[in-house]
Amino acid sequence: MTDMTSTSTPADMTAKVETPFQSFRSEFFESKIATVALGLLGVIILLAVLAPWITPQNPYDLGQVDVMDGRLAPGSEAFAGYTMWLGSDGAGRDLYSAILYGLRISLTVGVASGVIALLIGMTIGLVAAYAGGRIEAIIMRIVDLQLSFPASLVALMLVAALGKGVDKIILALVVAQWAYYARTVRATALVERNKEYVEAAQCLGLSRARIVFRHILPNCMAPLIVVGTVQTASAISLEATLSFLGVGLPQTEPSLGVLIANGFEYMLSGRYWISIFPGLALLLTVVSINLVGDQLRDVLNPRMKK
Amino acid sequence: MTVFVIRRLLQALLVVFLMSLIVFFGVNVVGDPVYMLVSPDADQADIAAAIQRLGLDRPIWEQYLLFLKGAAQGDLGDSFIFGEPALQLILQHMPATMELAFTALFLSIAIGIPLGLYAGLYPDNPISKGIMATSILGFSLPTFWVGLMLIMLFAVELGWVPATGRGDLGSFLGIRSSLFTLDGLSHIFLPALNLALLKISLAIRLTRAGVREAMGQDYVKYARAKGLSTRRIIFVHVMKNIMIPVVTVMGLEFGSLIGFSVVTETIFAWPGMGKLLIDAILQLDRPVVVAYLMIMVLFFVLINLIVDILYSILDPRVRLQDQGS
Repeated sequence: MTDMTSTSTPADMTAKVETPFQSFRSEFFESKIATVALGLLGVIILLAVLAPWITPQNPYDLGQVDVMDGRLAPGSEAFAGYTMWLGSDGAGRDLYSAILYGLRISLTVGVASGVIALLIGMTIGLVAAYAGGRIEAIIMRIVDLQLSFPASLVALMLVAALGKGVDKIILALVVAQWAYYARTVRATALVERNKEYVEAAQCLGLSRARIVFRHILPNCMAPLIVVGTVQTASAISLEATLSFLGVGLPQTEPSLGVLIANGFEYMLSGRYWISIFPGLALLLTVVSINLVGDQLRDVLNPRMKK
Repeated sequence: MTVFVIRRLLQALLVVFLMSLIVFFGVNVVGDPVYMLVSPDADQADIAAAIQRLGLDRPIWEQYLLFLKGAAQGDLGDSFIFGEPALQLILQHMPATMELAFTALFLSIAIGIPLGLYAGLYPDNPISKGIMATSILGFSLPTFWVGLMLIMLFAVELGWVPATGRGDLGSFLGIRSSLFTLDGLSHIFLPALNLALLKISLAIRLTRAGVREAMGQDYVKYARAKGLSTRRIIFVHVMKNIMIPVVTVMGLEFGSLIGFSVVTETIFAWPGMGKLLIDAILQLDRPVVVAYLMIMVLFFVLINLIVDILYSILDPRVRLQDQGS
């Protein structure tokens, strides 16, 4: 992946001894904020992956949850003996455990929908750019049309029609977001299409498909990755919003949004922790992804270079 | 010009028709509302009667044709829950949403432009950096989470304003709105601020970029050379040039404000269209969901149509390009 991204910085290859990947890395870590954000994101992903091994309880195994532990303040001791550092929710689940399990679901939904939307949007965008003519006009009309509606409204319409469930949410997010990728790829591919290396490949008699996927596509990766990070962050936040509204994931798949929604009813009675801590986890995730995306944009965009 | 407008109009109609197809079939293939409406101890005969009363026994394409015929006459079906026409129900809830969206639009312009102006005039000042950092947060924080925080801070901890509901309505020039009473204003403050946050960030960024660009332009240098006061240069010359694009973009964002109000209304229990939609989805009140979605489609198609036509008047290249393709 990094190999492809660095193809946008060919100038560095001749002048310096360092490889494109090294120059990319050193440029990325120039920004302290981005470095911290990347580290934070790494920790968040690690926590989510390791959740079953580093939490005191599985919050969705009814045998391990005790209703007697319900709504305990942060730092209280659970009936089973361990300390609930972040308190417990209305059903007696340890919030720290619930948040890590929720992070797993939120990240899975966000990344899955991001990757699927990227693949679909990328293919459609490439087809549009390479086919040209009427096909391109029709595809771009559809893209423009869809982008004239806010993504949140498109997703909301879809879940209103599809109902709850992980697969349905992913489908809704993919439909709401593919157009951003298609537009990005097409714009980049249009520029790349007229470059000399494509002409050279055509002279060699390479097939169209080979030119599009092996030559043009790798050069479109940089903007795609930037859009991909930002869109993944917005997918995570959109999923949380829908789940919070009660039209996203069901209670059996408690993402961070569901946890926040569950805590909402206790909020007005001063039991702030049930909503606040899952919210903070969501916040750190979304903000750190966005900061990493911002820095990627600056590093990968040749126009930003001095 | 006329050809362009007619073409755009036909395209808009096609979009509305296609969307009605997608929305109607999408909403109607999921869930069975009968069991939500008939009491649990009803027998088969009651259920059959209810199905017939609601027209659910007919084939789906026939239901769609009936829907289309009704829609053309402004009748989008009756709500399963309230028994009132769905369209009427939505129109009843529309003023509350519009009021919220307009207040949010006003707040985002009134707060965003001065902050953006400051950040653009003194880009290296720590306050400006703070403003810009906050605006990044405004972009990345989920709206519903900020709403919860606002309730926590202003309603629960400080107790300054009420957390939910719409408050008293006042009447002014025949318009009933909560903007005309103190109680109403205290109720609208939090939800409007919540809804406005994203747009405040947008206004800050647009204004800042505009100011920074304008300050290097020749007309500013000339005004300086002429000896005009800084205040006059900024507020008369620079602002005049920046306000047009900023206000245009903010106006275009009005549609998305109404879209986003779904979230804000649910959090603050604001009795608008968005809350009606969420309640309708949860209760499988299909006619209301369909009617809401159709109204939003119509609304956005209309906004886009107006923008397209305005652009084609302002910039003839748009029109010519369209004819070429």
